[in-house]
Amino acid sequence: MNFNMKKHNIGVPFVSIILAMLVGAVAMLLAGYNPVSAYASFFDGIFSSPYLMGETIRQVTPLIFTGLAVAFAFRTGLFNIGAEGQFLVGQLAAVAVGIFFKLPFFLHIPLAILAAAIAGGLWGAIPGYLKAKRGVHEVITTIMMNWIAFILTNYLIRTYMKAESERSMDIQPTASISFEWLSDLFQGARIHLGIVIALLFAFLMYFLLWRTKQGFELRAVGSNSLAAKYAGMNVKRNIIKAMFISGALAGLGGASEGLGVYGYMTISSVFPGVGYDGIAVALIGSNTSIGVILGAILFGALTFGAQNMQMASDVPYEIIRIVIAFIIFFIASSDIAKSILGLLRKIPLRSRKGGA
Amino acid sequence: MPLLRPGGQSYQGVKRMALAVEMKNITKTFYGMKANDDISFQVEKGEIHALLGENGAGKSTLMNILFGLYQADQGEILIHETPAKISDPQMAIDLGIGMVHQHFMLVDNFTVLENIILGAEPRKRMSIDYNKASKEIETLSNQYGLKINLNSQVRDISIGMQQKVEILKTLYRGADILIFDEPTAVLTPQEIQELTSIMKNLTSEGKTVILITHKLKEILTIANAVTVIRRGKVCDTLRVKDTNEVELAEKMVGRKVTLQLNKDEKEREGLVLSLRDVRAKDNRGLDALHGIDLEVYGGEIVGIAGVDGNGQSELVEVITGLRQAQSGEMILAGNNISGLHTRQIHEKGIAHIPEDRHRLGIVMDMTLSENLVLNSYFKKEFNKRGLLNEKSIKAHARKLIDKFDIRTPSESAKIRALSGGNQQKAVIAREIEGDPKLLIAAQPTRGLDVGAIEFIHRQILNERDEGKAVLLVSFELEEILSLSDRIAVIYEGRIVGIVDPKETTEQELGLLMSGRSARKETVE
Amino acid sequence: MEWLSILTTIIHNAVIYATPLIFAALGGVFSERSGVVNIGLEGLMIIGAFASAVVTLWTESPFLGLIAGALAGVLLSLLHAVASVTFRAHQVVNGMAINFLALGLAIYLTKQLFSGSAQTTTLKTLIPKWDIPWLSEIPYLGPMFFKTYPTSYFAVLVVILCGYLLYKTSFGLRLRAVGEHPAAADTMGVHVGRMRYTGVLISGALAGLGGAIITLTTTSNFSYSTISGQGYIALAAVIFGKWNPYGVLGAALFFGCVQALNSSAQVLGFSAYIPTAFIQMLPYLLTIIVLAGFVGKAEGPKASGEPYIKGSR
Repeated sequence: MNFNMKKHNIGVPFVSIILAMLVGAVAMLLAGYNPVSAYASFFDGIFSSPYLMGETIRQVTPLIFTGLAVAFAFRTGLFNIGAEGQFLVGQLAAVAVGIFFKLPFFLHIPLAILAAAIAGGLWGAIPGYLKAKRGVHEVITTIMMNWIAFILTNYLIRTYMKAESERSMDIQPTASISFEWLSDLFQGARIHLGIVIALLFAFLMYFLLWRTKQGFELRAVGSNSLAAKYAGMNVKRNIIKAMFISGALAGLGGASEGLGVYGYMTISSVFPGVGYDGIAVALIGSNTSIGVILGAILFGALTFGAQNMQMASDVPYEIIRIVIAFIIFFIASSDIAKSILGLLRKIPLRSRKGGA
Repeated sequence: MPLLRPGGQSYQGVKRMALAVEMKNITKTFYGMKANDDISFQVEKGEIHALLGENGAGKSTLMNILFGLYQADQGEILIHETPAKISDPQMAIDLGIGMVHQHFMLVDNFTVLENIILGAEPRKRMSIDYNKASKEIETLSNQYGLKINLNSQVRDISIGMQQKVEILKTLYRGADILIFDEPTAVLTPQEIQELTSIMKNLTSEGKTVILITHKLKEILTIANAVTVIRRGKVCDTLRVKDTNEVELAEKMVGRKVTLQLNKDEKEREGLVLSLRDVRAKDNRGLDALHGIDLEVYGGEIVGIAGVDGNGQSELVEVITGLRQAQSGEMILAGNNISGLHTRQIHEKGIAHIPEDRHRLGIVMDMTLSENLVLNSYFKKEFNKRGLLNEKSIKAHARKLIDKFDIRTPSESAKIRALSGGNQQKAVIAREIEGDPKLLIAAQPTRGLDVGAIEFIHRQILNERDEGKAVLLVSFELEEILSLSDRIAVIYEGRIVGIVDPKETTEQELGLLMSGRSARKETVE
Repeated sequence: MEWLSILTTIIHNAVIYATPLIFAALGGVFSERSGVVNIGLEGLMIIGAFASAVVTLWTESPFLGLIAGALAGVLLSLLHAVASVTFRAHQVVNGMAINFLALGLAIYLTKQLFSGSAQTTTLKTLIPKWDIPWLSEIPYLGPMFFKTYPTSYFAVLVVILCGYLLYKTSFGLRLRAVGEHPAAADTMGVHVGRMRYTGVLISGALAGLGGAIITLTTTSNFSYSTISGQGYIALAAVIFGKWNPYGVLGAALFFGCVQALNSSAQVLGFSAYIPTAFIQMLPYLLTIIVLAGFVGKAEGPKASGEPYIKGSR
């Protein structure tokens, strides 16, 4: 299987978003809703108050991490579907450190975050190792690793750190990255320090890939592993490294949620979904740091705005899952968007001729 | 003088023969490039008609149009003098056209039988009637002298055999016009002779053969007529008996070409590479090298001749550290390099022009300047404490672009944007620039046009003249014979003979390449 | 003979759990054999489960429910085929889109049809079990294999049919050729696109059927969690069964056993020794182990996942 992503220009994500929202509008029309007022209430739900903005940023934060994770792996020629699982084990590791260690905050927070990065990194490195040493395609192994992570984290919470309800105990206040002054700034929204960490890592990813010797190797291995091997690079080690870094990024996302938003981890019957959304974020961001940030803002806003839309105009929240699915569909089938762009380019030419 | 002959003379009209194929004014454009530009071309029934042209001249495109794989933008096709619209291969097959592709179109984990009947399976009720199919195929293979084992898996049979499967595929579908796309590229001289007689058999049974090739000698021995294509246009159609090698070469390239390479005598210098009893396995875990002994001295070119798949790739990979040897010893200028990594070996002085530049030599998504430091980016001049020095990487690129005349919009252009010849120049520039002790050149000119080939041959000879050792691996016997100072013939993972090119004919090499001793046996 | 009756129960349940997996995994075989990776099996099962629930509620006919499930699978897989074959999309990415879409669409429609509720009402008419005369009387073996749902008997028939189709007919030869070496098939006059569409649509029908069977035999309604991972286990069964219908049958039965063991772990009392979490993990773990070549090598169709572009080699 060949999983090099096709390159596409900035127009493709843009057209894909528009097309997908049109599909969403059709779905709403068929069900008897007014798509215009629905989308209006949707935008209302994102921007209309500092509180809503803060909550949107909260929603965006984990998506930056998982988007970066998937994008980083893509850049190095790997398809990491496992951000979901890496996110879960990262969250578990951070929360566990948050619960069981008693440290001053300036040690406790970094340690919890580091634990998450390592846990997520190792969870990613296993498929990386299997790919490098045994030639196993990472798509299947990462899918399977997601389920293992899902079952395992639930089991560990239930067995070793369960509170009264279906969740873990609370972390020590010293491990929390949620700060009152920041929340107060946004009328009590659950925004937290994670967004700063996320933006920092977005920059670090760019720097690593494009400015360092290690990044040069990773990009070479990613675009053509045979040529990289021929040029004397250690392809296997680079694959494992890339998957470790990718997994660590996803794991950091887990830490950010665990330490920032909730302060605990729930025993869940469904996947959180941010890892899978990360794939869409990376795709829409063309696997660049800045693109991932923008993609995460879009998806975070979509997800958060949809909750408001359900309340304000009664359209089921799931409409946004349909829209997101179609965004992915149109980006994957980029030929559709490209041909539309081609048509758009022709139209102004013709009207110019007509006007002259 | 051949120049006195009237050029562009058409041979038809003297005596009107039935036409098997006629293509009129065919034009085909890819991404704004005219691959075929108003090509008209006629093939008489029962002849072997060669289509001659350089790599990239447009011959394969034209034949892919005839076979329905591409559609022409303009033009008309007549089969047996009846207009035909061929919009997919099935239509071509129905019209009696068969094609033997250059890269065989075989499913390698299917059996020979399954490959032959695919798409035209005889049925008994719902199931495939394999018995009926094998009987029919056996009849055909007896008729045309194509002996094969129907139940072998394709991946287990030799390349010569695979070609026979390809021919049987077309015959099984009742083809009476057979297109051969560069059929001799991977065969030994003996296999080529066998193929020649198969083609003659075919025409004597009334079938028509179109032979795509860029090899002049082949045309003179096999074909009746030849159409020369240059840069997408027909420049002439000639009867073979009325022409000669020099004239054909000129028409193909569009200028006078020296068929002989000027090569000065050169005393060989000290021992650079020596291999002792080197053994290695291939990707499937089977023994590929059975104890190779080989020496290469400074100032000489040692050519490795052999049919594809006899261990050449594995040999190069073992020397360059890309493949682990099972046992044996490799010494480079006094240093033992056995068991070292690719990078360590490269640093010790082995440069490598890989056999497949797209797969191995370059990273298409990277820029030219990045590709030019692909195996030196970690050195002090390009890298400081883990950070890349972009300025010096670009300066280095500009130097090589100048020195090796690489045609590119800029050093920051993606290497994908360069032509094949310029990509290969970039690879050669990178490898030679490192001042190696030994240069390994594997298939260095495959798929390039004559200009690029000349340039690359010149570079290889320069290296030798400067006292470097050169190991040349090629399937093109002419290339081996004209460049090498010594030729080592490889067969089934063994060096079966080392000969002097000045005292060896292609026939003798061919026998060695097929595992037979050159002296005892005679040509069948 | 206490343990024998326990074994009987476990095997009986295993067959029931395995049945939808067999259908979905056979679907995966057809798609991948034609050269299209289909990680959308989960989504196809979801849409099948949903459609069968709705249609069975309307018509009170589980048979029509099954057909609706298969049809819904075909419709959704058409989207995958259009993207993967016609628009040469990235097949894994589009498979993800299929999974997203199926769940979103199914719940969206459920909320529409059941006045805002995220699950359907409970089905009154389900598929009844069939006792096969005479065979079901055999002690132990009877209750294990011959007192179960007709869909399970049908599954075995379909496996045999698929084996025949893939290995004995020209359709099968062409489908496999297209998945191994599309250019070769194309030059032999086989329509690569048409074969791939067929492969993907068959996978939609079979996976949709698999989803419907879960609704109509096990859960008796459709909700968010009706299909939770069975599609991925089916994907695992495709690999575990080495892209072969009979292999898939074995793999699905094995995973069915794992699931049956898991659901009766508490009853049997061995959950005290092995946490059920580890039993739940088994299919996923085993797939990784098999793929890593620790237990025989799994090698899929060569061209699987690669869009075919005419004239390329």
